[in-house]
Order: sequence, then structure tokens, then C-alpha cells
Amino acid sequence: MLIFEQSHTGRASNAQLPADNDALSSLPADALRTTKPNLPEASEMQVVRHFTRLSQKNFSIDTHFYPLGSCTMKYNPRACNTLASLPEFTGRHPLGPSLHGQGFLKCMYELQGMLKEVTGMQAVSLCPAAGAQGEFAGVAMIKAYHDNRNDTQRCEILVPDAAHGTNPASAVMCGYKVREIPTGKNGDVDIDALKAAVGPQTAGIMLTNPSTLGVFDRKIKEIAGIVHEAGGLLYYDGANLNAILGKVRPGDMGFDVIHMNLHKTFSTPHGGGGPGAGPVGVSKRLKPYMPVPIVGKKDQQYVLLDENDCPQSIGRMSAFAGNAGVLLRAYIYARMLGREGMPRVADFATLNANYLLKRLMAVGYDAAYPERRATHEFILTLKKQAKELGVTAMDVAKRLLDYDFHAPTTYFPLLIPECLLIEPTETEAKETLDGFIDTMAKILVEAEGDAQLLKQAPYTLPVRRLDDVKAVKQLDVVWKKTEVKQ
Amino acid sequence: MPFIPHSEHDISKMLSTIGVTSIDDLFDEIPDNLRCGNLDKIPQGLNEMEVTRLMRERAAQDGLPLCFLGAGAYEHHIPAAVWEITTRGEFYSAYTPYQAEASQGTLQLLYEYQSMMASLMAMDVSNASLYDGASALAEAVLMSVRANKKSKSRKILMPRSINPVYRSVTEAIVKNQAIELIDVSYDSATGQTDLTALQQFAGEDFAALVIPQPNFFGVIENVDALTAWATESKMLSVAVVNPMAMALLKPPGEWADEGVDIVCGEGQPLGVPLASGGPYFGFMCCKQQHVRQMPGRIIGRTTDLDGKEGFTLTLQAREQHIRRSKATSNICTNQGLLVTAATIYMSLLGPEGLKKVALNSHKNTQLLLNRLTEIKGVSAVFKASTFHECVVQVETDAKLLIEQLAKEHHILGGFDLSVDYAELGNALLICATETRTREDIERFATTLEKILDN
Ligand SMILES: Cc1ncc(COP(=O)(O)O)c(C=O)c1O
Repeated sequence: MLIFEQSHTGRASNAQLPADNDALSSLPADALRTTKPNLPEASEMQVVRHFTRLSQKNFSIDTHFYPLGSCTMKYNPRACNTLASLPEFTGRHPLGPSLHGQGFLKCMYELQGMLKEVTGMQAVSLCPAAGAQGEFAGVAMIKAYHDNRNDTQRCEILVPDAAHGTNPASAVMCGYKVREIPTGKNGDVDIDALKAAVGPQTAGIMLTNPSTLGVFDRKIKEIAGIVHEAGGLLYYDGANLNAILGKVRPGDMGFDVIHMNLHKTFSTPHGGGGPGAGPVGVSKRLKPYMPVPIVGKKDQQYVLLDENDCPQSIGRMSAFAGNAGVLLRAYIYARMLGREGMPRVADFATLNANYLLKRLMAVGYDAAYPERRATHEFILTLKKQAKELGVTAMDVAKRLLDYDFHAPTTYFPLLIPECLLIEPTETEAKETLDGFIDTMAKILVEAEGDAQLLKQAPYTLPVRRLDDVKAVKQLDVVWKKTEVKQ
Repeated sequence: MPFIPHSEHDISKMLSTIGVTSIDDLFDEIPDNLRCGNLDKIPQGLNEMEVTRLMRERAAQDGLPLCFLGAGAYEHHIPAAVWEITTRGEFYSAYTPYQAEASQGTLQLLYEYQSMMASLMAMDVSNASLYDGASALAEAVLMSVRANKKSKSRKILMPRSINPVYRSVTEAIVKNQAIELIDVSYDSATGQTDLTALQQFAGEDFAALVIPQPNFFGVIENVDALTAWATESKMLSVAVVNPMAMALLKPPGEWADEGVDIVCGEGQPLGVPLASGGPYFGFMCCKQQHVRQMPGRIIGRTTDLDGKEGFTLTLQAREQHIRRSKATSNICTNQGLLVTAATIYMSLLGPEGLKKVALNSHKNTQLLLNRLTEIKGVSAVFKASTFHECVVQVETDAKLLIEQLAKEHHILGGFDLSVDYAELGNALLICATETRTREDIERFATTLEKILDN
């Protein structure tokens, strides 16, 4: 039942109503609202019960194995939330003086430093709100760099066909045309196609390495050479940083600008869709263009550097300093990992992925790249099952839900037919992986015996498969009741 | 090993299943010359007790000054239940609801959020959030250029009375697409957008007019006249509003005859703590006819195989994961958890509670203004009515005054307007929400009196 359907005119969460204030109002009558908004009228307990019950209809990391590829669903340490929620942190006004923020700013300054070190970049700005905004900031810096050199013919950004959808969308928001580069047979970028595509019109390339295909592009240095030779810059999509944390650094691979998804690699919660944090790191030549504010140090005080300190900056991405509370959680996590914990993340994420891949292949699934080493994630393709049994990747995904496992990412990357992108992360124990493997094996047996069983799944969740076509055709995105006059 | 469950036994079994002898073998496709050494500049790891001590020390350094500062972020009381429920693991640690059947909690909540927001704004539809208020305005500007079928213009009329940082964020985000923001001046007596100044643009082609309510000075704009002018001039109208104010003031869907086309703004006042500026959330609502141009996720109600009601992501053909370079926006991760908090907040406050919070904030600011302007050397700047912020002029250096109030008296005495609005002289933007008492106001006033006396 919707919260609105539990509403009773005249009921309220009375402890939440502020006391009457007998001061006068100066508002003119014609500026006032005359209709009552459709907000619930409910007691505090009703509200608490309703939303607690809703929460119980979710799968989450705290309740389920959640191997959603490319999303790095690892355990979100509770300490990060508790400590970032200390009242001085949650109560700090963003425009308050840096005097009342030395503790917070010191954390941010040190976070910039740690991210610089672990990525091998020259400087970091924390302000982008998520990966996609980091991409926007990064490509905007590439544009500012070329523009500043009067190199204005560079109108194209190269994007591999395996790239995440945000990559081409971000490039277009920066005013660029997008040219797709195909992937070679082995999962690496097709070098000949790249060579043919670069030229004086190339502003840069956006790459993920390891790519979204779950393999590390071994020719990365050669790619960097080809793009740089043509006068373009290299953008690193850091969504897969978990695979290489403390092992290889984007800066050493030759990238000029990167974003990191702290809500993936640095374990801040996804919150059912967000928030994230997408800090950007840059090489020396892009440093002047970084988005502001940036945390700096002046006379032994931590301060926010702004447009006056960074006159060539591409500007601001949000009203204040980005998703500060997310950054604080990432800082706490980074301090708990420390220098020895960071490479361990990559070690065990990779161990778990390779173990899972090996055993899933053994029970009868096909890897998209069987001859390649898995990184922190890998792809299965159900092309064969789709053809022979009529069972799709989506059917397997939905059936997994019945067995209490969240599904892997489905149908991404687009170039692998009937794919499941599986990312176990380092925080899962072997017995969880074993349970998942047994279930996948069982589902394969089911598929061979009774494909219809899978096509109708799931059966045990609050709802069965939903009619997405109807959701679009008979668009119902807002609950309505007839307006009541106040 | 922190957050890693593997025992030695697990590791050796897993390695032998894979067929390698060490974990390092798993990185054998990475060229050797790319491998990095130890991360010496990163400190050693801390356990939970150690990091707790560190963070408590850092927090204590920051203190909690008495706040009369707004300027885009507002201190409101947040009911305890809001974050207790929001941080339940099932909400906190879930991903974007791609698997609808396993995410009905988040999806239904978002549908309820959209319904509340659309009703609060008196608009047809709402999305499920954008990053923050400023970037939401940038998205609204881009959307208005796409959605205005009567105009090919890439120019937007932007009042100077809009929050200046919203203008600069919008500029940074839209300028690479050759969209131009044109200033509209404000009336120096009222602080409202100047309708006569607007006349100079009559007959010219623009994609949209942006209308703030209240504006950055806290002033109530003449929204009916502005909306009517935009419609007459064949441009879209884009409202930027404080959602709390809409419990009290006429909502954008009711401005002029037909309401505005797009509404956006900062959701922070609805249950989100100040927290150094984020995470907050941007909201966006629009008329039904523009829904396919809207950026961000949208949740729809539909039915399942058994005909039972359920919720799912809908109109995904607008989004980057389907449309890639032709998407309405690049946004993917949004601010879902903040929307969770806002939905619970609005449910707890209800229509009456929200209105009361808005009204008390308005009245407290009125009290603050009356009390401060009794002080010699402090005067009100604008004549028009205000919501819960207002501008005062002080006969001293505004920047130094704010510094002194903070440093010596632990009072955040407002926002210094002299940088963005030099023409206003030593002007402060001040705010008192429902959380300020008469004693708080008196403390601010007597402190100010003493400082100005010296
Ligand atoms: C490979 C890749 N790139 C970019 C993104 C976009 O990041 P965000 O969702 O933080 O905007 C994602 C996340 O979904 C991703 O998986």
C-alpha cells in the first residue's frame, strides 16, 4: 500500500510540528499557496513502519551477495557512516569559515594526497558528484587544454564500443562528436582501427582499463603512444580501479586525466542509486584546469581554493564542494585500509573473480574470453543457451533472485551477446562464492529440463516480472488524488 | 585483513582450483614495467578504535557555531526517524534498482517521492533526483533548449537575483554546447527581477527565462508576471525554487495561467543535514509534454505477470545506458539516499508540518530583521517581502565583521554579498530558520551591537 493510501486528514506526527510562533508574517496574500499539497497525513509510527517495511523489499549488500559487474558492490564499513555522521561534521555549514572546518578540511586534503599517490596523478580535485560528472569535468579539461593552445580543430573524442554509456554522453555534453573504436577478438582495443581513427581532429580517447570486458588491455602503452602522437589526450574511466588498486597506476599507464568512483573502489554506499563521488586526477599539463573548489594549504591553514586561486579552472560542478559526506566516508575507509590494505583489495577481488570464473566454466558456462585472465570481474555469455534452449541472460538473472542472490549486470557491455558481467568483490567469503556456483549449476540443469521455469522467474519476490512496456505506454509516475482546498 | 574474510586455507584451495601458485600470478597479463611499488606516501592502516579517535579529534576541531547563514544551504530540524531508517542497510547498501523485483522497496519509495514532489510543485511529473540544486539548473537549461520547439535559440535569460554560484555552475556545464546566459537586472529598491529591464528583450528569441522563488536575496519574486511574460514571448519558463518555501508560497505549477514548464532546485532543506555542502540532491519536475526531454531516472507504476501492482524504472530510452551519445544527460548515479531521507521527512512533516516549518522560518527571519535594524549602523536593503532570508547593510567592512563574529563569538553571521554584488556595499544575507530561538536572535543582536559600537 502507498503511504498516501494510509493518510488520514487531520492526523500528524505531532512531535515533529514546530511550536506556534506568534510573530507576524509580511507575506502578501497573492504570493501564498491556496491548495494543499498531497503529502501524507500520518503518525510517526505509521511512517516508520511503512518505510521499514519498504526497506525489507530490497536486496542490498548488507543482506545479499550482489555481484553486479562494474558496480563494485563490496561491504560498506559501518564505522565510515558512524564517524562521518558526528554532529560537527553533519552540522557544518558549507559556507562557514575554514576556521570552523580545519578538521574536515584536513581530511579532504589528505584524501586528495592519498588518491594522488594511489593513481599516480599529479593533482586531485574532489568536487565531481559521481563518475559521470567526473567524466564531464575530465573531458571539459581536455577541451580547455586544446582551446588554450588554440588547437580548435580537435572536435572528436574516441570511445571504445565496450565503454559505459556515460562516456559518450559526457563527451557530447562537452560539445564533442563521438567516434567508436571496435574491440579486437581478444578483448583488447583494436589497434589498427585506432590507428586509422586518430588524426588532427582527435581531442582524446576515453578508456577503461581493465575494460568493461573484464580484461586488462595489455597494449595500453602502445595506445597511449598512438593517441599522444596524434596530439590527443587520454581519459581514464576509473570505474574498475578496484582491480588494480596498489598494483598499477593510471598515471604510469600514460593517462592525462582520470575519474575515480569512490562509491565503488572506496566503498561508500550506493544508497539505492546514489550518492557517489567522482574525484578527478590530472597530469601536470591539465592541472591549471581542474574544477574548483580544491583543498589547499595557506599559512598552515587548510582552505578551499576557488576561481581566484585557479583562474584557468573549468569552473564549478555543484554549488558547494561536492559530496562532502561521501568523501569523508571514503577518507575513513582509506585510512582503515592504509598502504598495505589497498593492494590487498586488488589481490582478493581478483582472486575471487578468477575462482568464480574457473568454477562456473567447469559447471558448464561459457566465458566471453576463456583464454584471458579475469580481472576483478568477468563475462559469461549465454549465446549457446539462448540458441539451444531459448533461455536468455535475463532469465538466468531473474532465476538467481529466487535463490536469494542479486543478479549480475545483464546486457552490458553491449557487444557481448546474452552476457552476464560478474563482479564478486574482495569482501565475499569462499563459501558464499561456492553457494553461488552451486546455484548457477542448478539453474543450468533447470534450463535444460524446463526452460519455461526460468522464463517465468522470479516466483518468490514481492512481485513477479513487471510489464516494462506498459510502464512506458501507460505512463504512471505520480500518484494523484483530487486536490483539496485548504 | 580488514574487510577480507579469506583464511590461509581458503586462499590455497582457491589458488589450486584456478591453477596458479600465488595471487600475484593472477596479474600476469599486466606488463611488468607498469607495476607500481609500495605506496609509501599513504599512511599505515588504522583499526576501528584508532580511526574513531582520529575522527573524533578532527570533528572536535570544527565545533558547532550558532548559524544565521543560509545562501543555499539551510539548517532545519531533522526528525530522528529520518536517518535511522535511511541508513538501514537495505536502503543504504543497495544499488540503483536495475532488478526491479529485488528493489521494490527503493522503487516504491521513489514513486512516492515523485508524487510528493510533483504535488508540492503542482507539476505533472518529477524525476528521481539530480546531483544538487546548481547542477539541476544546468540540466534544466539544457532541457529547455531541447524542449522549446518554437525557438532555435541557445540563449537563456538569467536574472542577476539568482544564486550567483548557480549561475557559475550552469555556465561551466552548458558553455561547451554554445549556450549563452544573458543577465537580467534586479530592481535596486525591491530586490525583485526588474520587469521593465525585461522589456528590453521583448521580440528577441530566447529558449527560456529562469525564475527564482524566493530569489538569492530571500525576496519573493513577482512570479505570475514573469511567467506570463515568458509564455507571451514564446520562451519556456524554468523555476528555481526552495522546496520548503513551496509549502507556504504559490507553487510554480500555478504561476500565471498555465504554470511554468520546468521546476528545479535544491532538495537539502527536506531532511538533509548541512554536512559541508553535500551530499544533497537536485530535484526536477516538469509538464507532462516535456517528460521525454527530462534528464535522470524516472520510476513508473505498472503490473507484473499476475496483474499485481509493482514499480520499475521507466522511460529509460532517454538515458545514457540505452541512448549513449544521444541521451538527455550523462547522469547515471544520482542522489538516491538523500531522496530516501527527503521522502521520510515529508511523510513525517505532512502538509501542515511542512507549512509550519516554512512559516516559522519566515517569521524568525522577520524577527531577526526587525531586531537587527534597531541597531545603529544596520539597515534593511530591499523593500519587497522575503521568505526566510533577507539583506541588511552594515556600516563596517562586511567581510571582517563575519570573520570577527565567527572567530570571537562562534556566530555565523550571514553571507557577505560584497563580492558578487559590489553595488550593494557592505551587505549581508542573513537567515533564521525554525531552529533559531528568540534567545539565539538576541545573542546575535547584542554581539553585533557591541562590535558596531566599538
Ligand atoms: C565503467 C563505468 N563508467 C562510468 C560509470 C558512471 O559512474 P557513475 O554512475 O558514478 O556516474 C559507471 C557506473 O555505473 C561504470 O560502470
